[in-house]
Amino acid sequence: MKKLAPFAVLLLLAPSLAGAQDFLIRGARVHTAAAAGTLENADVLVRAGRIAAVGVGLDAPAGAAVVEAKGRPLTPGLFGGVTQIGLEEVNLEPSTYDAELKLEAPAWQHVWRPEFDVTPAFNARSIVLAVMRVEGVTWGAIAPLAADSLVIGQGSAVTLDGRFDAALPGSRTLFVNWGSAAHDASGGSRAAQYMLFDQAIREVREPGTSGGAALLLPEGRAALKGYLAGGRVVFFVERANDIREVVRFARARGMKPVIAGGTEAWVVARELADAGVPVILDPLENLPNDFDKLGARFDNARLLHEAGVTIAFSQTNSFQLRKNRQLAGNAVAHGLAWDAALAAITSAPAAIFGQGAERGRIEEGRAADLALWSGDPLEVTTVAEQVWIAGSPVLMRSRQTELRDRYLERLRSGATD
Amino acid sequence: MNGMRSLLAVIATAMAAGCAAQAPVSTTAPAATTAGRPERAPFSSTYRAPAAPPTLIRNATVLTGTGARIDDGDVLIADGRVEAIGPSLAAPDGANVIDAKGRWVTPGLIDVHSHMGVYASPGTTASDDGNEATDPVTAQVWAEHSIWPQDPGLEAALQGGVTSMQILPGSANLIGGRGVTVKNVPATTYQAMKFPGAPQGLKMACGENPKRVYGDEGQFPSTRMGNVAGYRQAFADAREYMEDWQDYEAKRAKYEKGEAKGDEDEVAPQPPKRDLKLETLAEVMRGHILVHNHCYRADEMATMLDIAQEFGYRISAFHHGVEAYKLAGRLAKEGVCGALWADWWGFKMEAYDGIQENIAIVDAPEGGCAIVHSDSEEGIQRLNQEAAKTMTRGNLAGLSIPPERAIRWITANPAKSLGILERTGTLEPGKMGDVVVWNGTPFSVYALADLVFVDGVLLFDRAHPAAKPRSDFSL
Repeated sequence: MKKLAPFAVLLLLAPSLAGAQDFLIRGARVHTAAAAGTLENADVLVRAGRIAAVGVGLDAPAGAAVVEAKGRPLTPGLFGGVTQIGLEEVNLEPSTYDAELKLEAPAWQHVWRPEFDVTPAFNARSIVLAVMRVEGVTWGAIAPLAADSLVIGQGSAVTLDGRFDAALPGSRTLFVNWGSAAHDASGGSRAAQYMLFDQAIREVREPGTSGGAALLLPEGRAALKGYLAGGRVVFFVERANDIREVVRFARARGMKPVIAGGTEAWVVARELADAGVPVILDPLENLPNDFDKLGARFDNARLLHEAGVTIAFSQTNSFQLRKNRQLAGNAVAHGLAWDAALAAITSAPAAIFGQGAERGRIEEGRAADLALWSGDPLEVTTVAEQVWIAGSPVLMRSRQTELRDRYLERLRSGATD
Repeated sequence: MNGMRSLLAVIATAMAAGCAAQAPVSTTAPAATTAGRPERAPFSSTYRAPAAPPTLIRNATVLTGTGARIDDGDVLIADGRVEAIGPSLAAPDGANVIDAKGRWVTPGLIDVHSHMGVYASPGTTASDDGNEATDPVTAQVWAEHSIWPQDPGLEAALQGGVTSMQILPGSANLIGGRGVTVKNVPATTYQAMKFPGAPQGLKMACGENPKRVYGDEGQFPSTRMGNVAGYRQAFADAREYMEDWQDYEAKRAKYEKGEAKGDEDEVAPQPPKRDLKLETLAEVMRGHILVHNHCYRADEMATMLDIAQEFGYRISAFHHGVEAYKLAGRLAKEGVCGALWADWWGFKMEAYDGIQENIAIVDAPEGGCAIVHSDSEEGIQRLNQEAAKTMTRGNLAGLSIPPERAIRWITANPAKSLGILERTGTLEPGKMGDVVVWNGTPFSVYALADLVFVDGVLLFDRAHPAAKPRSDFSL
């Protein structure tokens, strides 16, 4: 490679962040996403990549840079949802797609592989990360994806700052399809999902009992075992009775269930609240797009929140993590309290993925993942003006801004196409 | 522009006759006349707006769709049409008067790219009716023959302010078939939704989809060069078919003249066999059907413009043109609209270069025609938010786009690309009473349509929602 275009240098070789600095953000409208709520004209001190202090009239320590917020809103860095970011560079290009296990083998060999973990495939240098970072999205969850599996495999929460070791400690999660999402993988009946899962659990607890018809390999038994001792298991499930049954099923077997999708979760909101089971949902899901979603409605988020269920937001497209705040804004338009909507893309998902002590809130001691906005952070006419991850300012450039600038220049110069 | 002229002529004739207009379905397929009943072309619109009292909307911020903004303005709708816009209009007797202080009024939104009813909610194997993916050229199929009018997505779109939409076949094929423009009204049949007098569209598709669908089966086309050969052969065949018909018409005219003179020796000429596929393409070349071309990459759009030139048809709009910003000047110069997403990208190679300023850049040159489209039962409910996102990005890029300009992307410009701008798409006297009253600026995530009128009829009232859903399915 003799010559590199300037943008290639910028995006592929340059670090995505400038390195952790000590700085004071002064005079912001600080949405803490914590008990303190919103603080007007407040300051946030960042030291060594962490939030050192939050308050009014803080002094900038010697040598610390000062960022004048001038009343603009500051939020925790946003959660991008549960997607395949970093596991796919171009969705329809198979060589760039790592989210799905498709072993050429009898179906059970990839349907029952809880040991399949996508975390090592996460590409921290994916161009998609920068596109999302500049929009204030600083972290997300990566999950395997499979249309024809019951147990899909494991994933993690990841920081999007471009570091190789991106997986957040304590975030490892097992993902499972339930209901019509795993219809084919369960012999054409969702009833068999309980039957098959119980067989797998028995194989973990009493190896050898399935004889030649075993579902799990030894690695699978080891992987599943941890989840049967209080591990986090995300169930992609939409229909009310499936949600209710799978929650009871999972809790009775030692798992800590999280509902993802949850289109009809509002129907069983009280039971979810009582069981302390959170729901990751898309508040734009208001149509009966399949027979598991006949109860879809715009105010699912509001009804769940008001019943006391912890909610987080996610859409499913790896190239649209930046849309998560639009999801939150629309939930507000359909009745959800603004603070609850912000929590659903900051503190609530942090709690769900075991990161509650580390991120998702603007509080002393937490990682300095922050976004400074031009206006209401849930508003579609607002943009992120500066983003920091772990105290490092994000280079506010992406391949998209490079393309934009090249063609704006051509537009202005009147170049012919 | 022949298509536009002939459409307007038809509309003018129909208006003079006092009934809903119909464009001729095909010059080679005259409608049969049934004795004793008014003539109705097969598949033509049966939609008639019910009578509604006049409505006066007062003290609103009005975006007319013509590029104007009127603060503290009134809009009067009477006899199903926009009657007047201006300050302090008088309320006619019996008028429904709405105080819209603090609220905004826009034309009804129009989505130029929808699959409502052909890929309905719920998506079932039994109603997977959007792609006739059995041959790369299926110009003979019409999307309207797949529409399930009970799709619950239609009512959701109405609640998002959408009063008209074009429903298209999918993009599996090089030439997927005819699209149809409908008004978003409750109906048991698609004919009762069909926009009176609107020309049909032709769905064409560039790039990855057709070559993947057929190439994966080891069939033609499997490459982009195969795609281009496919379009060209189809139009070349249609050109020949047109000439056969022209030849026949000439011979018939000559024969009839001879017959009139009493010349009995001539043999009556036989018409060519009707070919529904080629008939559609002939209608495109005659300008009666408007081309809506799914095409992502700038270089492929340029190829399609050359094909259009070769066969003498116009492309009304490129849809999904993720790279349209790279060709903005040429699209403006050639009068081709870009029907685009605000920020979709990345899902395939031809969407790799998506940017959030695409629509704003296509809008920028003199004559630019930018459209926000959905291609989604979710997105169609929030065309206003998608426009707001692009307006914001455009303004940050220094393109200076006020709301009165941006609203054209979801009203007047889609109307123009569908050949219905003379009827709807702006708030001007005489236009259809397709009007939305928003709870505030529509360029906001918190914007909700409070009232939606179609032809002057209040079809959605957020404060007084219908007790039952419109769709039978949703009962």
